[in-house]
Parts: sequence; structure tokens; C-alpha cells
Amino acid sequence: MSSGIMKRRPLKAADDKVHDFLTTGIGRVKALIRGSVKGFAKEHRPRSKNGRTAKAIFAEAQSPTDEDGNEIMIQVKKLSKIYGRRPEEALALLREGKDKGEVQSMTSNNVGLYDVSFDIRKGEMFVLMGLSGSGKSTLERCMNRLIEPTSGQVFIDGLDFTSLNDEDLRIARREKMSMVFQNFGLLPHRNVKDNVAYGLEIQGIPESERLERAVASIELVGLAGYGDRMPSDLSGGMKQRVGLARALATDPDILFMDEAFSALDPLIRGDMQDELIRIQSELGKTVIFVTHDLDEALKLGDRIALMKDGRIVQIGTAEEILQNPADEYVDRFVKEVDRSKILTANLFMRKPKNILYETQGPRTALRMMDNCDRDDMLVIDGEKRLIGMARSDGILRAMNAGDRDISGIVSDVPSVRPDTPMSEVVQIMVTTDFPIPVADDDGILLGMISPSAAAETLRNGGGE
Amino acid sequence: MASPVGIFAEELVDVIQYYLGWLLTIFKDVLDLILESVGGILTFPDPVPFIFALILISLLITKRLVLSLLIGAAFYIIEWMGYWDSAMVTLSMVLVATLVAVLIAVPLGIRASSGEKANPVIKALMDFMQTMPAFVYLIPAVIFFGLGAVPGVIATVIFAMPPVVRLTNLGIRQVPPEMNEVADAFGSTGWQKLTKVQLPIALPSIMAGVNQCIMLSLSMVVIAAMIGGGGLGGDIVNALSTIDVAVGFEAGLAVVLIAMTLDRLTQSFRENGA
Repeated sequence: MSSGIMKRRPLKAADDKVHDFLTTGIGRVKALIRGSVKGFAKEHRPRSKNGRTAKAIFAEAQSPTDEDGNEIMIQVKKLSKIYGRRPEEALALLREGKDKGEVQSMTSNNVGLYDVSFDIRKGEMFVLMGLSGSGKSTLERCMNRLIEPTSGQVFIDGLDFTSLNDEDLRIARREKMSMVFQNFGLLPHRNVKDNVAYGLEIQGIPESERLERAVASIELVGLAGYGDRMPSDLSGGMKQRVGLARALATDPDILFMDEAFSALDPLIRGDMQDELIRIQSELGKTVIFVTHDLDEALKLGDRIALMKDGRIVQIGTAEEILQNPADEYVDRFVKEVDRSKILTANLFMRKPKNILYETQGPRTALRMMDNCDRDDMLVIDGEKRLIGMARSDGILRAMNAGDRDISGIVSDVPSVRPDTPMSEVVQIMVTTDFPIPVADDDGILLGMISPSAAAETLRNGGGE
Repeated sequence: MASPVGIFAEELVDVIQYYLGWLLTIFKDVLDLILESVGGILTFPDPVPFIFALILISLLITKRLVLSLLIGAAFYIIEWMGYWDSAMVTLSMVLVATLVAVLIAVPLGIRASSGEKANPVIKALMDFMQTMPAFVYLIPAVIFFGLGAVPGVIATVIFAMPPVVRLTNLGIRQVPPEMNEVADAFGSTGWQKLTKVQLPIALPSIMAGVNQCIMLSLSMVVIAAMIGGGGLGGDIVNALSTIDVAVGFEAGLAVVLIAMTLDRLTQSFRENGA
């Protein structure tokens, strides 16, 4: 049996060698033939049937300005999207003031968006943020009509984009805007160069020109030299760079980015955010960025729109939202994200040892203190509730007074909750010189934090 | 005695022949011409140059030397057993039937994938075509086209088409929604979306359908010999009527060898992504 395998192996190896040789050889011949055929065949430029370009479509429109004199790129006016069979009914209920859940249960229609209005300035990085199901992706897709809104309008450069016919919509999408997708959306059968050139190919731009522009776009996102790779050879971060390069290759005015960095791991995500900021400052595109990550929104957004249940809850700069949350929802959102970032007391506490019960006599207490070489100890009751602290001088006094137990000399001690941020713990710690007890809502002693643990958090940046 | 169902089928066949006979005649002539030219090309070279050409072609397609040599050996065995001419007739019928089936089936599959309305109708039609016993097709085929290779090819096309329709439909439906959004977001027309995004992504699935189509064609081509299709099927039918085990086995083996060859070739098309 083994000899059979031995005999087959060299054959298989030789077969593989021939296979590789033929694959590369035939590939080269194919490329050669393709190259020479291209030399003969001149590609025509099938713009559109009536030769319209986005410029012509947008020529009639005048882009409006806001009160500060900034040019406005996109205006969204009373946009609504209802999923389901009877959208009018749902809209009527919404106008009466019913909320998303009520409409859902009364009509079985799902409210994607309701009555959304805002402006986006030219060259602005505008972030749509909210939890999943808040309607942020729906809103973005209604803006480029990948999803048709139920009612309301979107104006782009002053032109009513929602009223464009299919032909004009296609032309506008080709030349005016592009999109970056959460799962990259790279075409698996095309190499990087041809993926990036896709938008240009759709426009009917000749091959030589579109490849030239694709290579320039690939260089812009820092992937020079990767043009001939297939998407399957690339890491997640590189794939999204290709997605970004493809979106930039057509030189659009507007860039829609749908959770573009959410599928990347945190380190790469940070890099990509920096990269986007760099490219944005270089090219000055208008970017609509959808994310569920507050930190990302704060880092990227010139302005941020916070969404909930298909409505915009607050629009403002990062500072405005952090300082002045419009309502409870925003406030909670901001806090929630904050808290998860901060190191809390329970991460640093140790199991309490050397504790006294309030029912113990002063002599026993003194002896225990002596044993562990301390002159203060925490005191608890029979149910492990924190009572306070006993010091050695107090115990001596109790002994001299002839007390039966130490309950009379226990002094108050500042304690913290398990979810107290370490920054607060450290503040308490500098005013005292003993371990900080950690107790839960019922006062049960869970642990204590020693000065050395606190020092560790200080070294690591104070828990910020 | 037939029930109204059978009488209806009979009337339908009569009506088709009466009113569309001229169309069927044109159809028959065209198919005859194609069949003869393909057969002519296949039998034009002597077996040995043909085998060398086959090895070269399979090298180009599969890029596997050992497999290509085995394919050459398979065809040499067919020649050595003395079934070369029959094999070429069968091969040309399979190739033409597959070509016609794919030309009809792929657009049909695309249509089925693009609308919820057409899909159940096409699905039911495919179920009918695939499960109706293959012999049944031979009856109207003879009425419409007489005896010979053409009715055999027609019956084969009907029998072998469904997998291509189904797998084209499935392949396009399984294109990730994000890919369709990519095509739309960049302003693709429907045709651009189909040819540049959907079909390339669905290609492995479509090729699996083509592979199935070829296999079904081969099995049907033998049944079609009952109405004078000729080829290896003819040899097998003759062997059956004379209880000739030797001829039956040899011709059967030749069918198997052709089937395996075509399977390996189309499969590597699929794996290499074509």
C-alpha cells in the first residue's frame, strides 16, 4: 500500500508542475492576445442614449446656501420611508403622534424613517449615528435612492433628486456620487485595478484612461503595487482601501459610506479613519458616513446626526452633542459609550482579608492587627455589611474602658461601588491613607482597592 | 381508450403540426444543417490526429497533463474497439443538444431570477420537463420531425435543459445583495449589472448546470436511438434486440468514456472560473 502511494507521489508532483507551468504560460499568452486585440479595437464611449451628462442634469439647478453663507450640497426635506402594504395609513398615524411601535402593532407596517429634514454642507463630513434599526442606513440609501423613499424629497445641489427618471438617476449616480460598503462589496472575479475602475467602466470611459485613473486612485489610498491582486488575496483593511479607491476613482462630489469601517478590527479601523480624514482634507468631498460607533462619529464627524426609531434626535458638532445632549436618549447613548470605556473599581479590587467583626472583643482585634502588622482594619457585621473602620488607638481606648466589643469605636470610612470609575477612586485615595472598601448597593463588602492598584491605573493614564 | 387529458394532448400535437408545420420544417432543416456540420468537423480528421488535438485542447482547458493523457487514452480505446464513427455521431448530437439547451436555458434562467411572477411558472414547466418520462418526448418528436437524429436532439434538449435553467436562476439569486447594490450605486444599467456583476458571480453555478446538462444529454441520446438517432445509442439498441452482450458492453463503455471526458472538461471550466 505504501509503495503505491510512493509511486503516485512523483507523478502527482510532476502533474502539479505541468499545471503551474501551463497556468502561468496560458495566462501570459491570453494577456498578450488581449493586449494586441485592444490595440485594434477602439472602444466607443456609450454615454447615454441622449448624451446627457450629470453636468447637464444639474446645470439648471442652483445650489442653495445656508444662513452662514456655506454652500449646501444635500437637502433632505420631510423624508419618510414606510415598509409594508399600506404606507399612507402608517403615515397618517405617525402624523397623529403615534410612535414606531404603535404603528407597527396597528398596521403591521414598519417605520424606516419619519419626517427627517436636514442640510449637509459642501465639503462636510456628516455622520449619521444610531443603534441598529434606528434608520441610519435606510436614510443613507434613500439619499442615493438605493431605497425609494415613501414621501419627502432629497435635493442635491439644489436639484430634486427624488424626481429624476431612471436614466437621469443612473447618470447622476455615475458622476455625482459613489458609495463604500460595510462588507467591501468587491467583485470577486475582478482584480483590484478592474474593481477600482468599475465606476469608470460603467461610464464608458476607454480602457487605457480608466486604468490610468484607477491606478492613481489606488495610489491615493496607499495600495500602490496591488493592482493585479485578486480581492481574495487581501486583508480586510486592504479590501476596504480598494472599496474607497473605487468610490474615489470616478471623482464624485458625494461619498456615501455605510458602516464602512465597522467590519474591521479596532487597530485597522483607527488607521482607516486617519486615512479618510487625510483624503478628505486633500480632496474636500462631501461625505455621509453611517456608523453605530460613537467614538468613530466623534472622531470623523464635522457634524453628527443622532438617530432613533427612524427620526433624528439631535444634530450638532461632537462638542455640542457631548456638552448638551438634546434628550435622555442622547444622554444615555453618550454615557453608555463613556462608561464602557472607563475602568471601574471592580476590575481592581481584591478580596478583603484581615477584617474584623463588630462583635469581636478589643483584645482579639488588637491581636489580629498585631499579626498582620497593621494599625487599621475594616469592620463588618454578621451579614458582611460594611460598618466602618477600626484603628489601633481606638481599640486601646475600648480596652481601657472595658468594652465587650469594638462596635463603639468604629469610625466611618469612604466606600465606593463596583462600577465607580477608577478616576474617582483615585481622587478618594489621595485624601486617605488606607485601602478603599468596595461595597454593593446593600452595603455588603465585596473587596478593597489598595494604593498600589490605584497607582497602576494612574500609570496607565488614569482610566481615561 | 384515452381520457380527456390524453385526447387534449393528442389534439394539441395535431393542431401544432397543422398550423406550425412550416416552422417545424425550417427548424428541422436548420438543426439538420448544424448537426451535419458538427458531425462533419468531428469526423473530418483521422482518429489519431483528432486524439492529439483533443489532448492539446484538454491541456489548455484543464492544464493537467495526466488527465489530458487519460482523456486521449479513453478516445483511443473507443477507436481501438471500433466505435469511432458511432462515437462521433453521438458526440455531435450531445454537443448540439447542449448548445441549443444552453442558448435557451440561460436566458430563461435569467428571466426566472428577475421576477417573482415568472419564477413559479418556469419552475412548474421545468418540473414537467424533467420528470415526464423521457420516452414520452419521443412520440411527438417523431410526429413533428420524423425519424432520425433531429427529433432525438429535440427530445434531448427538452430533457437536459432544466438543470441549466434552475442553476442559472439559483446562481443569480444567490448573488449577495451588496453586489447588486454596488452595481446600482455606481449607476449600472440593467444589462451592465447582469453582464458585469451577476453573471460572472453566478458563473460557477451556471457551469454546474451545463455539466449536468451534458450528462443528461448523453443518457438521452442513447434513448433517442429508439427513433433512429443512430450513434452509440443505435449500437446499443441493436445489441439489445439481438441479445449481443459483447457489442452492448463495448458501446456502453464508449458512452461512459465520453461522459467522463466531457464531465472532467466542463468541471475544470468551473473550477478555473473560466
